[in-house]
Amino acid sequence: MIAALHTRWLPPLLVVASLAVFPWLGSEFYVGLAGKIMILAIFALSLQLLVGVTGLVSLGHAAFYGVAAYATVLLAPKYEAANMVWLLPAAVAAAVLYALAVGALALRTKGVYFIMVTLAFAQMAYYVFHDTKLGGGSDGIYLNIKPELSFAGWQPIDMGARLPFYYIVLLALVAVFAFLRMLLASRFGRALAGIRGNEQRMRAAGFATFPYKLAAFTLAGGLAGVAGFLAAFREGYVNPEMLSWHQSGAVLLMVILGGMGRLWGAVLGAFAFALLQFFFQSEYVFGEFAKHWQLLLGATIIACVALMPEGLIGLPGQLRAWRARRKPNASHA
Amino acid sequence: MDLSTFLVQCLNALQYGLLLFLVASGLTLIFGIMGVINLAHGSFYMIGAYMAYALAPAFGGNFLATLAAGLVLAVAFGYLLEWFFVSYLYERDHLQQVLMTYGLILVFEELRSILVGNDVHSVPIPSWLSGSIQLGSLMQYPWYRLFISAVCIAIAAALYFLIARTRLGMMIRAGSSNREMVQSLGINIKLLYRIVFAAGVALAAFAGMIAAPVSSVYPGMGGQVLIICFVVVVIGGIGSVRGAFLAALLVGIVDTFGTVLFPQAAGVAVYLLMAAILLWRPEGLFRQ
Repeated sequence: MIAALHTRWLPPLLVVASLAVFPWLGSEFYVGLAGKIMILAIFALSLQLLVGVTGLVSLGHAAFYGVAAYATVLLAPKYEAANMVWLLPAAVAAAVLYALAVGALALRTKGVYFIMVTLAFAQMAYYVFHDTKLGGGSDGIYLNIKPELSFAGWQPIDMGARLPFYYIVLLALVAVFAFLRMLLASRFGRALAGIRGNEQRMRAAGFATFPYKLAAFTLAGGLAGVAGFLAAFREGYVNPEMLSWHQSGAVLLMVILGGMGRLWGAVLGAFAFALLQFFFQSEYVFGEFAKHWQLLLGATIIACVALMPEGLIGLPGQLRAWRARRKPNASHA
Repeated sequence: MDLSTFLVQCLNALQYGLLLFLVASGLTLIFGIMGVINLAHGSFYMIGAYMAYALAPAFGGNFLATLAAGLVLAVAFGYLLEWFFVSYLYERDHLQQVLMTYGLILVFEELRSILVGNDVHSVPIPSWLSGSIQLGSLMQYPWYRLFISAVCIAIAAALYFLIARTRLGMMIRAGSSNREMVQSLGINIKLLYRIVFAAGVALAAFAGMIAAPVSSVYPGMGGQVLIICFVVVVIGGIGSVRGAFLAALLVGIVDTFGTVLFPQAAGVAVYLLMAAILLWRPEGLFRQ
């Protein structure tokens, strides 16, 4: 039993431990990259709750990430540091409210309609920030002073410094992961899985599925908001591209690339996607062609859809099945 | 707003709506018949517009010859694309369709950037359509925009005739309501799919070609059109060409008058229309 517990907890502990010691091993650049990827991993986890767990394919998830990022910058006072203790909840609340409104409308539809409607509402938010003076138009706006963490005047850590921020992001990733893990094991999580499996049957079993789906949609929006807050904090700058449908497509890609339905898949997918992008953008490898990295990324996506329908996390199983299929042929020969 | 301004805006709304219909009708047909959600559909519009720009020198600036050549290329392109990529998506779920067509967008955009570059280009209006018609004493309206509307109306009418009155149209309608039954009646469904997809690509590319002289050609034009077309399809009801027609006109009117009356909130008006329709009829106006 203890051995079983070990094998179950060992891989996550190893991953968290290696991320925790990474700042002492990697150079400043790679530590920054790891921080950025962890924020993307939180973003991808929030979408996993919708796509992989509940079976709702949203192509507008970047809206909630972007709304929270804009809220972070717009709500922070201009000439003094804001306190994270209220700024983070406020930014997440903005994302939650928008998710609640979009979810209430979009969840009236199903399937391919839902994909188009979420995309359209994300685009609406994009135009609000792109076309109006509210958030500096297409240029975006700067977060002049980084927020600080203070409890009644006492500041436990200096958030402006690089390392404390890295650890806050790691802590947030672990917290979101643990929260989702507990959620999936709860009655609520089981109901969501049931909705993905067969919504008709869930309704027949006496579940009003709409409130469950709306709760999942809103929660996913809020968690994307956490990622949006951290991204605005990290970059010190927001622009409408954060809400664009390319961003929504990219995060969906992370979820699929990693593997649907499993939380690890989202984290794995975020790392795989970001590293792949980093690799394709590297002039060291591709020279002049690196500026056309989207061509390579697009071709990779097409190949992945064609060859790995279950994502990276399903690759070992796929290889096993392939070998099992080859064996009988080998014995014939 | 006086009468002649109102009239001009009505003509603009009509022209924009009709152009949207050309793109959205292909999108809705491809979804209705093959069950494929095609994010790359906006790219076909973009490809059409760039063809109008890039092919023109080869035909000495002859607009109609450029249109004809572009149309032939678009049909061939759609036919091959369905063969090599899209035909693998029929058995897959929507998620994988979204992904693969998203990958196709990235590839198309980057190929466009390699072949033509990232600059904005203008396409000249053909000289025989360059003048303006006088409306009232103060307003003028360009002939070319009237030409766009007239061509779009002709195509919409031809599409209606094709779908409602011909044998091919009968197969298309049957294919959209019951795929297996059509197949078991001995109709070559693979060929039907290929034709419908090629026609959808050709409609979108044609819309891009005739729009190019008024909108100019620029990177990212495909994505913009795609999302507005999604709104059109959602309002009209997926799979319904008639719904797409009415919804496209509605979107054209709301967008044009939204820009005139509330310039600050111009981009949002169309989405509010969609939200209202979703509250009223979540399945769209004409769900098949």
